[in-house]
Order: sequence, then structure tokens, then C-alpha cells
Amino acid sequence: MTTLFDKVWDRHEILRRDDGVSLIFVDRHLVHEGSHHAFRKLAERNLPVKRADLTFGVTDHYAPTRPGPVPDNIRGMLSGLLENCAKHGIRCFGPDDPRQGIVHVIGPEQGLTLPGLTINCGDSHTSTHGAFGAIAFGIGASEVAHVLATQTLWQKRPPVMRLTVDGDLAPGVTAKDIALGWIARLGTGGAQGHAVEYAGSAVRAMSMEARMTLCNLSIEGGARSGMVAPDETTFAYLQGRPFAPAGAAWEQACDDWRALASDDDARFSRDIRIDAAEIAPLVTWGTSPEDALPITGTVPERTDRTAEALAYMGLTPGRPLAGTPVDQVFIGSCTNGRIEDLRAAAAVLSGRTAKVPGLVSPGSAAVKKRAEEEGLAQIFTDAGLTWAASGCSMCVGMNGDTVEAGKRCASTTNRNFRGRQGQGARTHLMSPAMAAAAAVAGALTDVRPMLEGRT
Amino acid sequence: MTGWTRVEGPALRFPYDNVDTDQLIPARFMSTPRSEGYGKYFLHDHPDRDTLNGATILIAGRNFGCGSSREAAVYALADFGIRAVLAPSFGDIFAANAVNNGLLPAAMDPEDIASLEGTLTVDLETCTVGGRPFRLDPAARDKLVNGWDDIDLTLSRLQQIETFTRQYHGTIPWSIPTQGDTR
Repeated sequence: MTTLFDKVWDRHEILRRDDGVSLIFVDRHLVHEGSHHAFRKLAERNLPVKRADLTFGVTDHYAPTRPGPVPDNIRGMLSGLLENCAKHGIRCFGPDDPRQGIVHVIGPEQGLTLPGLTINCGDSHTSTHGAFGAIAFGIGASEVAHVLATQTLWQKRPPVMRLTVDGDLAPGVTAKDIALGWIARLGTGGAQGHAVEYAGSAVRAMSMEARMTLCNLSIEGGARSGMVAPDETTFAYLQGRPFAPAGAAWEQACDDWRALASDDDARFSRDIRIDAAEIAPLVTWGTSPEDALPITGTVPERTDRTAEALAYMGLTPGRPLAGTPVDQVFIGSCTNGRIEDLRAAAAVLSGRTAKVPGLVSPGSAAVKKRAEEEGLAQIFTDAGLTWAASGCSMCVGMNGDTVEAGKRCASTTNRNFRGRQGQGARTHLMSPAMAAAAAVAGALTDVRPMLEGRT
Repeated sequence: MTGWTRVEGPALRFPYDNVDTDQLIPARFMSTPRSEGYGKYFLHDHPDRDTLNGATILIAGRNFGCGSSREAAVYALADFGIRAVLAPSFGDIFAANAVNNGLLPAAMDPEDIASLEGTLTVDLETCTVGGRPFRLDPAARDKLVNGWDDIDLTLSRLQQIETFTRQYHGTIPWSIPTQGDTR
């Protein structure tokens, strides 16, 4: 009767108070430059870090992606993290470390993310790590300070919503489209207060990269965490990763992980079903991830609900979405900055030229190296796009990679909020293949015709 | 954090749905130390920002505070002078951050919210504002009223945590990361 979420929760529950709030043990705590508020709270009370061996730091939010002088405030953010990690004995993957990258890319890549763990980070896209069958969710600075000081968190056990995706995805349709699809259907508050478990044949057929994209976007539907039961695909991804168990410990871990699935008779507080075959490539038109429509659709009519977003986005109601000119593209982020994402974008761009400028920022230094070895970087630069270093970059604009006011960006990121990519920036969310297609067309366009005759 | 039971002050309306944390505080201000005050960054790029001057209570739309985990969004509200936000629903992480900083995220029925205006009294004893009920987890209420600090509460249970951890790592030794850098 037990769900995957509850199985993992139960083994981490230290105690439960009468008011229903539990104290949970945290297996992995990931910190980044933005964790400065939490480190300051610790310093104010002169508290040590409880488990530096379970804490890992990485520079990503403010990481420079292109050569040139680094402004003082950004340099201060980077060195602040390095200093805090050094002071507390926390291993940190800094700007020059080959293991550097976006925290939600490097966790799995380094084998820090494992099935059955609890993983926290002061970043809402921590839900990404749930792709491995971990309970992973974002926390605020007060909670980061609490984990640093105690390696635990006070949390109320959330109800679990199951989202089942059965059937086969059509060519050109990706995990990003599934995610934007369910968020458009249920709304950005649709899974509020819940943990999500993704299930179904389409999810089982997905690579780890695709599962990470799916879990990553859980927070955009209101769920603090999303998870997928581990299977052979998970184990194959993890085996041999630097921090993953090895030898006898690996065998022991795999035996344990095989039991990490929801029981057949597990009860979910909500059960949502999606037919994979019905999903088309999606783009967002508005200023919330729930404002997503198939690329074959038209800009919605002006209503009380849509007027603000349409005005901000500068779109005309009733016009086809396809053909909307874009000024630039961005390919990267913790949502879609992994090697498979870059391959999908390169498959569209190969032998073609971009009509608009674009920035490609790989999700990690390791992804960057691999993409260069595979010739993907060459494809991007041949097409006229800029190949950059890894970081959160233009998804959040903290490092100075921003979209200018009024400019329209086709972006593989996770949030089309007002001003997210820069003050006045207009963001359209889509998959890497769709962003690549937008670069080629200089406009929002359906990638599927461009994929004909290509794999 | 100081506990509180009752707050009285002007309630002003910011009636938009899905007000995300990127709007509450744009990312470019987040490298600033808190000691410099975050009130000036509150809704910095929003055209209606100045209509909210003097507000103690914010009357907002559904899914308020959705988006990122940045606690700076709560700092901006608190430093601006807001003590309570009334909305039909809140982003989960935002609501937790709010309570950790003494800011009340009061979930209310839209009809009740629509009836409120002027100077209002928020009462954590009765869980009402302007005589209308709001929903708040009892644990969150206790925390706001008592001004409890989680770290102090937890450190008082250190022995229990140590015992649990020893047992847990004994059963699941593979959960401790290997020395990846030495391989």
C-alpha cells in the first residue's frame, strides 16, 4: 500500500511531533553562491557545519560563461562561496574545477544523486534529482542554515499525486513538452502541496536526462518534488560515477534500490493520466509556465486573465504562434542543458544557419567537454551561435547573461516570468529541438518538418 | 525572530495571480547583504509598486510567491513593512520561507478576500483577519506566535539525531558518498 515517496520518507524520519511535523535526515546538501544568506546566519550564531562530508558546493548561479572582466559583485559571490566552503571543510567545485556545472546537472553526473536519498538545495529546481528515485526539493535560506547546522529538516509529509504518461512520444516531442502540457492542463498551482510521482510506459522508456527534465519542472506545476522509481536505466547511468558506491557497496545498493517502487496497491491522493501520443511540441506564449500551447496553435484571445501577459509579451490575439519572430535563442539550464539536450539541438542545426544570434551554455564543464569531443560545439558555432561555458547563465541572468528589454528569446529554460531573463525580456519556453528550429527560422516554428530525414 | 499574535494596519490590494518570486525581487539585487535592507527592491520592476506604499497587509491573487526558493522575496516583503499576505493560495516554498521570517501567509477563500478593505486586524489566536477566517497550518501558527527558531529546537534534540544517524548509516552505508576525488 506504500508509495515510493513514503518508502523513502519513512527511512529518513527521525521523529514526528504531535502536530504532524517530522524531523527528516538529509543525505545530501548542495550549496551554491546564493547560499550566502544561510552561511551568514550560521556565522551570526557561531555554529559549525554539522556534516561537511554530506555537503557539496558548486559555483553556478553567478558563474561567468564568457571570457572578459568579471564585475566585482559577481566575483564577490563566487569567492564568498569558496571561502565559506573552505572555512567549513566543504568540498566545492569552483570555477576552474572540471566538475563544475549547474548544481542539478553535476549532482547526478558525479554520482552524488542516488536512489532512496533525501537531497536538498537552496534552489527550487532541486526537484530534478527526484528522477533517480530520491526525495529532492528546494528550500529557502533559513532551511539551508538549518540543514547546515543540523543535517535535518522539519517537514510535514505531503500527499502524493501520481502522474502517469502512457504510450509513445511522437518524433520531435520530448519530456519538456510532457511537462509543459500537464502544467498547462492543471495550472502552475495544480500540484501545490503535493509530491509528484511520474509513472507509465512513456516515463519508463525515457533516458535519465529526459526524466531529469520532467522532474525539474515539477516545481513549475506547484509541486516541491517530483520522482521516478529507479530501474535498470537509472543503475546504468550511475554505475562508475565518481561518488557513486562501488564494488560490494554497489551491489548492496542496487539490491536496495530494486525495492524502491510504489506498491501495486499504493494509494495516491490524486491520479492524473496523460496519453503520450496526444502531445505535440509546445511553446509558451505568456508569463507563466501554464501559458503553454502546441506550436500549431494561435495566440489566445484577450481576456481579463490573458491581457497583462499578452501586453508584456507584445503578442496579437488570434495570430498563429508559428511565425512569431524571435530576436535570439538560449540553449542551456538545469532543465535542458545536458548532453542529450545539446545533441537534440545540434541534430536540427547541423548543416543549417541560424537567422538570429543565440547562446549555448552547456549544463556542466563535463557536458561542455563531451559536446566538444562529439563535434556538437562545432555545429553550434558553424550555425552562428555562441558556445559558452557552463552555468545558470541566461536562465536567471545573475551572471550578466541577460536578454534586453523588449527582446524576444526562444529559450530551453524553465521560467517565462516577467523579467526573469532580464528586465522587460520576453521569454518563450520550449524544448532544445524547438529552440534550435527557432534559431534557423528566426521565428517560433514547428521543428517536426526540420527533422524529416534526420534522426 | 520575535513572535506576534495581533497586527493592525492598512491592507492594500495587489490583485494579480501567479505573482512569482522573480517579480517580488528581481535576481539582479540578490547579491546584496540583508543588512542593507531589501525593502527598496520589493516588486522593483512592477508598475504598481508605488501604490503599495504604507501597506502592512497585502491582499493578493492565487499562487502568490510561486517560483524560486529565494528567501529574499520574503525579505523584500518584510523590509517593505508587510506583516501578512492574504491570498487564495501560495507557492509552497514561499509559504515556508514566510513563516520562517515571521511573515504570515494567510490562505483565504476568494469571496472573503474580496470583502476586505481598509485598516484590518490580523489575529493569529482566532486565525481571522477583518473578522474573516484564514487557513494556516497549526505548526506554522505556533511558530509565528512563539517566534520559535527551528535551529534551537533541533539542537535540543541532538542526542536523538545522533542515535538515528548511527543506525541509519549502519543499515544504509552506501548512502555516504565515496571519496570521489581520490579515485
